[in-house]
Order: sequence, then C-alpha cells, then structure tokens
Amino acid sequence: MARRPLQEINAGSMADIAFLLLIFFLVTTTMSTNTGMQRKLPPPPDPKQKIDETKVKERNVMVVLINKDNNIAIKGKPIQLKDICEKTKLFFSNPNNDTNLPEKKIKDIPFFGKYPVSKGVVSLQTDRNTNYEKYLQVNNELVRAVNELRDEKAKEKFGMKFDDLDKDKQKAVAKVYPLNISEAEPRRIAAGVGGK
Amino acid sequence: MAKFARKGKGGTPAISTASLPDIVFMLLFFFMTVTTMKEVDLKVHISKPKATEVKKIENKALVKYINIGVPIKKYQSKYGKEPVIQLNDAFANVDDIGPWVDGVRADMDAENRSKMTTALKIDKNAKMGIVTDVKQELRKAKALKITYIADKTTKKDFF
Repeated sequence: MARRPLQEINAGSMADIAFLLLIFFLVTTTMSTNTGMQRKLPPPPDPKQKIDETKVKERNVMVVLINKDNNIAIKGKPIQLKDICEKTKLFFSNPNNDTNLPEKKIKDIPFFGKYPVSKGVVSLQTDRNTNYEKYLQVNNELVRAVNELRDEKAKEKFGMKFDDLDKDKQKAVAKVYPLNISEAEPRRIAAGVGGK
Repeated sequence: MAKFARKGKGGTPAISTASLPDIVFMLLFFFMTVTTMKEVDLKVHISKPKATEVKKIENKALVKYINIGVPIKKYQSKYGKEPVIQLNDAFANVDDIGPWVDGVRADMDAENRSKMTTALKIDKNAKMGIVTDVKQELRKAKALKITYIADKTTKKDFF
C-alpha cells in the first residue's frame, strides 16, 4: 500500500488548546476598571508646631458638618445634599465680592495675568459614626462644585471644556479655582446639628 | 461492473471549521491584553458607593488597595460582623498600615514612590470612624495621594 504522499498534521486539536488557554485566562483574570475620586491628604500635623487656628478669618472658611445621623449642616444651618453644590459654587466664586464670603488675593497666573483668587477653604468634618456613603456623597458635591466652576472658567476663557484643555491650560484654570477642601482633625460632632 | 456512484462525501458539505482556532486565538489575545491577573482574593464584602466626579485610574501599577468592609460569611465567625481592614491578603489592624506602606514603598523604585496612590475601597455602609483612622495612619506614613473607589453614575441616580 502506497503511503499517502503528504501526511497532514491534524489541526483539529488546535481549537481545543486555544479553548483551554482562553478558559484559563477567563478564570484567573479580572477586568478591573476601578474608577475613583482622587484626593490629597494634608501632611501630618507637626507635633512641635503650634496650631494657630485663629489665623483664618471666619468669612474664608465654610464649615460643612455631617453628624452621626447623617444630617448635613453648613455654617450651623441644616442643608440638603442637592443644595450643597450651589452654595459651594457661590462660596468659591463670590462674584459680587460679598463681605460675608471669602476674600480674594491677586495672584499671577499664566494665561490669566493678575487674577483675584478666592482664599476660601471648605472644612469638612464628620462624626465617627457617620455613614461613609454620605461622606462620599458630600465630598462628591464639593468636588463637583469646583469642577463646574473650572468648566465655566475654561469655557469662558478658552472656549473648551476643562477636560479637553491641554496640561498647561488645565493647570492655570486649576490655580484659579483650587480644590481647597480640608478635613479637620477628627473629633466628635455635637448631636444637636441638624437634629433640631 | 456497475460502477457504484459514490454517494457523495456524506451529504451536504460540512461547514469548514478551519478558521475556528483563529477566532478563538483572537478572543484569547483580547483577554490577555484587557485583563489583569487577580492579585488578591477579597475577604471582605464591599458594595461600592456611587459618585459622579470619578476618574479612571491611570497607571495601575502605582495603585495599592486598602479594602474595608464586612468579612465574608466564611470569616464572620472569627472576625465578626463589623467592618474590618484587609491589606493584601490578610486582615489587618489600623496600626499595620504604617508598616504596610513602608513595605509597599520598598518594592517601588525611588521615582515612583512619590507617585504612589493608595486606593481606598470601602463598603458604603462603613462608619467614618475606621475610615478616619486609616486616613490618619496614611498621613503619618506620608502616603498622601488617595483615591476613593466609587462607581461612576449620572446625576439622576445620585440624588
């Protein structure tokens, strides 16, 4: 019997091998597309340095409190989650130079020249038993306020959204509206906030 | 002799499966490029909160995760039902965070150390007490860049 001239390699098992590898990867890997809100923590307090709390004027600080019942209060007055953004935008932008809102300091910013930058700081304080989700939502609203202000400024000055600007222009707009949210040293919050 | 007509190669011609390995290899390459090897088995149950101002994490190699949540059923008898911290593969206390940061930093080269971000993956029902403790420890360890892991959502679902 004459042998078949060409011994064909049986390629039927190639599909099996490929399937095996595929299932291996499906099982051992994750499509981790985690998204997150980026923040920066303040540097640790220097134990030798005296904390001078009186230096900051009251008009420059907006205190946001969340107590253990997850009620939010700004400057002592209770407020709902959806109203925080507007209030914060007004606080940071201070368009009419209201004396109850933060002062502004003239700073030299590329693309803008000498520009009055708000000295306002939002101080976010929580109780130890506050719900984390509530805290994150409040944080989100504060960040959203600053992002919206930056977007508006970017559109006004450059005609583009903030995210579409290149690095230098982004830095400049970020200097106009810095993300001044500070989280105070933790302490207990009085239960009277918002509970009335 | 009567020639028996061949009945044909078994009826209708079979669908050529020659390209099947090609398709499978393509799928395989897709998965190889898109996914990352799972490093840690999550021992705590975490339901991520939702937020609108979230960004995709860039440069995953420089991001280290701290998980805070309620232990899964398997560990509940031993560790209780309160939220706990999980670092890498093991449960940890707040005091373990400092040494953990140092250990993680030692594995990175100097230029990347300042760019290291700590991702806080926290269950939405956790209390702020444990979160604040973790943040204080991170401040002491000078790991100041943090990210709160949250799912992106539109404004409508948020309120």
